[in-house]
Formats: sequence, structure tokens, C-alpha cells
Amino acid sequence: MKYIDEYRDPKLARQLLQEISRKTTRHWTIMEICGGQTHSILRNGIDQLLPAEIELVHGPGCPVCVTPLESIERALAIASQNNVIFTSFGDMLRVPGNSKDLFMVRSEGGDVRIVFSPLDALQIARDNPSKEVVFLAVGFETTAPANAMAVYQAAREGIGNFSVIVSQVLVPPAMRAILSSPDNRVQGFLAAGHVCAVMGYSEYEPIAEEFNVPIVPTGFEPVDLLAGILKTVEMLEEGKAGVVNRYGRVVSREGNPAARKIIGKVFEVTDRQWRGIGTILGSGLGLRKEFEGFDAEKKFGVIHIVATESPLCMSGSVLQGKLKPDACPAFGRECTPAHPLGATMVSSEGACAAYYNYHRNVTAL
Amino acid sequence: MSISPACPAPIQQHETVQMAHGAGGRLSQALMQRVFMPHLSNAFLDQLDDQAKFDLPAGRTAFTTDTYVVSPVFFPGGNIGELAVHGTVNDLAVGGARPFYLSAGFVLEEGLPLTELETIVRSMAEAARKAGVMIVTGDTKVVGKGQCDKLFINTSGIGIVREGISVSCRNLQTGDSIILSGSVGDHGMAIMTSREGLSFQSSITSDTAALNAMIEAILDAVPSVHAMRDPTRGGVAATLNELAVSSSAGIEIREGTIPVKPDVRGACELLGIDPLHVANEGKLVLSAAAEDAAKVIEVMRSFECGRDAAVIGSVVGDHPGMVVMRTAFGSRRVIDLPLGEQLPRIC
Repeated sequence: MKYIDEYRDPKLARQLLQEISRKTTRHWTIMEICGGQTHSILRNGIDQLLPAEIELVHGPGCPVCVTPLESIERALAIASQNNVIFTSFGDMLRVPGNSKDLFMVRSEGGDVRIVFSPLDALQIARDNPSKEVVFLAVGFETTAPANAMAVYQAAREGIGNFSVIVSQVLVPPAMRAILSSPDNRVQGFLAAGHVCAVMGYSEYEPIAEEFNVPIVPTGFEPVDLLAGILKTVEMLEEGKAGVVNRYGRVVSREGNPAARKIIGKVFEVTDRQWRGIGTILGSGLGLRKEFEGFDAEKKFGVIHIVATESPLCMSGSVLQGKLKPDACPAFGRECTPAHPLGATMVSSEGACAAYYNYHRNVTAL
Repeated sequence: MSISPACPAPIQQHETVQMAHGAGGRLSQALMQRVFMPHLSNAFLDQLDDQAKFDLPAGRTAFTTDTYVVSPVFFPGGNIGELAVHGTVNDLAVGGARPFYLSAGFVLEEGLPLTELETIVRSMAEAARKAGVMIVTGDTKVVGKGQCDKLFINTSGIGIVREGISVSCRNLQTGDSIILSGSVGDHGMAIMTSREGLSFQSSITSDTAALNAMIEAILDAVPSVHAMRDPTRGGVAATLNELAVSSSAGIEIREGTIPVKPDVRGACELLGIDPLHVANEGKLVLSAAAEDAAKVIEVMRSFECGRDAAVIGSVVGDHPGMVVMRTAFGSRRVIDLPLGEQLPRIC
């Protein structure tokens, strides 16, 4: 398959691995930001093939994982109401709130539907004018353009029965938070390729300079990941900081201007709570004042709902690269994909789920 | 004022399923005569008794049942009717049994167009004829609009286990070859891409097929086959896990050996789904001694439904109860059971 097979070429991968080994002279800790990268690394066993000196730690880039419990509880409260069609990306349905998830709401009679795009949710609103249609708008900069477009179109067409629960987060403030942490171990980053496809990478340049780290926008296929790791290792070994793009077929420095424009039109930067981590200043997006009529949390009066985390779940440490999933005492015991304590065990991008699905016991084989 | 001379007699000829079609009265009989009997008629069913009476050849009896609720009922490459025959025939055949007789129970939703029902019944009859089985008894119920999705079908099947054959999911032997009869994920992706809400087109068609003729030929050539399963819901991953757990054996499969059609692969890539977790309805997973593998593959490939057969791995002494894939890069990863519904990824 074109654009896939060449980036999964075992021969090319072996060459890159040899080059990484040749360049590596000491221990380096590199964080891949995106959960999609984490899954590809684990799925392809790249961590097993790298020299022992290269330690990959897994970043916070899993939108489902960092969506605060509060948003989930509010979503559950809205989805349970009569006359509501609740729409969401599939990943969110299994994320546990304090007592249930959206699948359970559906089994209790709630009209909960999986959509592939927020624009599909908007279409459901057009088709069902007597119902309230709510979309759970979670994600990083990758989902923001389509979520913004859905709200923008709803406003333009005057679709009053459509609203969104916004839990949009941004990568650069999270990177700053990780690098500023007193016990930070991360020395270089593989930046999330798809986030950079939307936003470009100019906003990483000041971070690289301030914290003196290499930041390498990287793709998701094995060859992409190895090329990103190789570049990061080269820069670390040479003592260089800066941003070097290794996902050139998708990412440009400026990103996607049309996507950035629609984000800016509908959303504004706001403080955001990250599940397991806490509030990070300026780390999220919220609806601008002129679109607040589409804010489902206000429309349904659920702002008062707050929630508390399971004390057993250490997903916050996992999301900051401070704890490997299988080092968590609950991993594979109290916490499995069938009975998850936290979202990192649920999402197709969650690090705990990746370890459970692909890695469990393999290292012991 | 004009008076119509016609008496307002009840409508006898409906074009859709009515509640009265399931009430056992005149309309029920009309439904039988109009839709079911013209296609399914045979010496046993024609008796119209509450049960079919038949003799079976000597040997151990195999008996199975399955219920079909697929949505949409018509999908690229087939419909619920042929699926209901193939599925039950295959469940008998993978146990080493020759299927003989099927029952068919229908739950019909009020308002279902009779033309659709007739198309489905005709497909069932055709599928049964091709597979060499007879539908000998049946039942029809009607439920109110919205109480089922067009129609559900249950089929049960009876067969006789071939003499000298002992296949079982507990029978995997270290060193066995794991053989797959063809490409994975065709049925599940045909269903997914034909559901509402997915706005991409594909030419993916379901692989729904009866496997009994191919299995008969395999067992003629290699009677010592150790295990057979048809990897339906949960896909090949679920089937391999069931075999590994039941036999307390390890299975190692090799990435790149598993046939996946380009369209199916593309759709799976797009939706973030592993083709190994996607349902099949006309494939066979088989475990046999390594020295018999070439013979099994040769027989499989002589059938349309086994054209792309391949050895995908082997039974190993390590990691009992677990399926591990050797990746194209030389690393290893666990192949686990899929968890619940297949969820598309979010970004």
C-alpha cells in the first residue's frame, strides 16, 4: 500500500537501527509525545530493538487519557437525559467515570452514538430538530479544526439544537510543564507529527531554546519513528538543541493555515485541567464568547458536577513519563482494559493499554 | 351520493409483514405458501408437522445452534439468509462433522417488505442446496415495529462426525503448523463500510461461504488434522487465543504471512482497526502436523474459498495460552483478544 509499505520496510528499519546504535555513546531519555506513536512503538516492538542506552518514555498525547474526569461525569449526566442524542468518538465510550461509562448509559436507554467526525454529529442535529444533539469535543490540536468547524457551521446555519462539551488541550504548554518539573528526566522529544501537521512547529522553537532540548517532529510508522529517534540521538550526542523536522511529507513549519484560522475563529486559549496531572495554565482551548451558546456544559447546567480520581490510578505519572505502565502496582491486576482504573488503560492511544495489549509478558519470554 | 357496491373485505395480499402473519391463522399460512415453501420445499418440510422426522447415518451426532442479527441484513457479498446457513454448516464442519439437516427460526419485524424476506429465504435455499444440507423444520414469529431490526434468524444444525476424525480445540501439538484458508477481515469490513455514518466507498465484499466441501476434502487428504475453527466474531486473533488457551499451548504467528486484501487493509488503517480482530464468515483456521501442511494448503487452494491459503505460524513450547506475533522487524508482540466493540480511533 502506497505511503505505508515504504515506511514499514524492515530493511530500511534495520539500517536506521544500526545507525542509532553506532551514534549512541551513553544513556538518553527521549519522550514521544503522542499516544499514536507510543502504540506504534509497542506494536512494532521498536523499544525491544533499540540499544539499551535509549530509553523511550511515553508522553501525555492521548486525548482520551487527559480528558478530566469532570468532563466525563458531565458527559454522562447529559447523555442520560431524555431528548438528548449524545455523540462522541468511539474511544470515549469506554472511559470510566466514577460509577459508569457511556456504554452503560446507552444500555440504560440513553441515545449514545459513535461518530467519525463532529460534522456527522452536526448532520444528526439537522436531521433531528426536536432533539438536543451534543458532541464530546475532546482532543489535541488535531481534532480542534473539525470541532471548530462544526460549531462555526452550526452558528452560521443557526442550528440551535447542537452543542459541544469542549475538552481541547494543547501540546506546547504540556511540554513546558514536563520540562519545568523538578524531577524531569526527558532530554529530547519526538513531537507529535499530526499535531505539527495542523499547527506547524514554529511554536516549539522557543521551547527548544529555553530548555536546551532537541525537538523532532516525527511520524507514526516504524521507519518514521526510527528516523525521528536517530535525529534526536544525533542532536543529543552533538549537544545541539533546536527543532528539526523528520516528518517532512506531512509537516511544514507553518502548519495548515486554514485549520489554524478556523481554530482561532471559534476557540480561545484557556487554562485546562489534565486528568491525572492537574491544571496547566494556558494549556487548552475554550469556546469564544460569541459561540458560548454552543457550550453544552452551560446549556445543560452541569458545571456544578465535580469528580474525584481513584487513588490507585497513577496515570498522571505515566502521562508525564515518570512511570512506565508496567511499573504501576495496579497494572494487569486491579487495572486491565476490561476493568480500567484510568483512561490510559482504555484508549487506543493510552500507554497502559499499549503495554497491556502488545507487551504483556513479552519481555519475559 | 354514491354507494360503493364492493364489500370492505379484509386485505388478504399484504406487501409487508403484518402482526397477523405471526398469529398462526390464515395470514400465517399465506406467508408460508407465498414466501417460504416455494423456495425451501423438501420431503421433510412439506409434511408441515411440528417436527421433522428423519434417520441419520451411523456415527456420533454433532448438534449446533447460532442466531443471526447482522445489520444491515443485506450487505456487499451476501445477506443474513445465506449467512445463517453458512455459519451453522461451518460450525458443524469444523468439528469434523458432515452437516445434514438445519432448522430455521425467524423473528420478523412488522413492516418488513415481503420482497426482502423472499430474497433472503431464496438465498437461504440456494446456500443450503450448495452446501448439500436441507432445512427440515422452521418457525416464524412477528414482533412489533422497532422490536427487532428487520429480521433475526436462528438456525440449528445436525451432522454426523466422520469416522476416525478427532479434531478439537484442545488438540494443538507443539510443532504444528497453523494454517489460514485465506484473507482476513473481509466480512467485518464489508459490514462496517456499508453501515451508515461511514462516508467512504469500497469494493469490499463479505467472504460468507460454506466450508464443508473444502473441509471434507482436507480430511480425506489429511485425516490427522488436529484442530479446526472458523474465525468469526473477534477475528483470527480471538480464534488463535481460544486454541492456545484450550490446548495450553503457545502460538507464534509471523507478520507478513497473513493474507489481507488491499481494500480491507486500507479501511482498517483508516479506522485504526487490526484486521486480525475483524470478523470472517468463510475462513478456516487449522492446526496440523508440520509435515502435513503442504498437503492441506494444496487442497485448500483447489477451492475458491481457500485460494489464498497460507501457513501463518506454528505451535510452540513457550508461552502456553498466549499468541505472539513475530514482527517484520524481528521483535515480538502479544496478540490479544479484542475487547468488546471495535472502536475507531479518535485522531
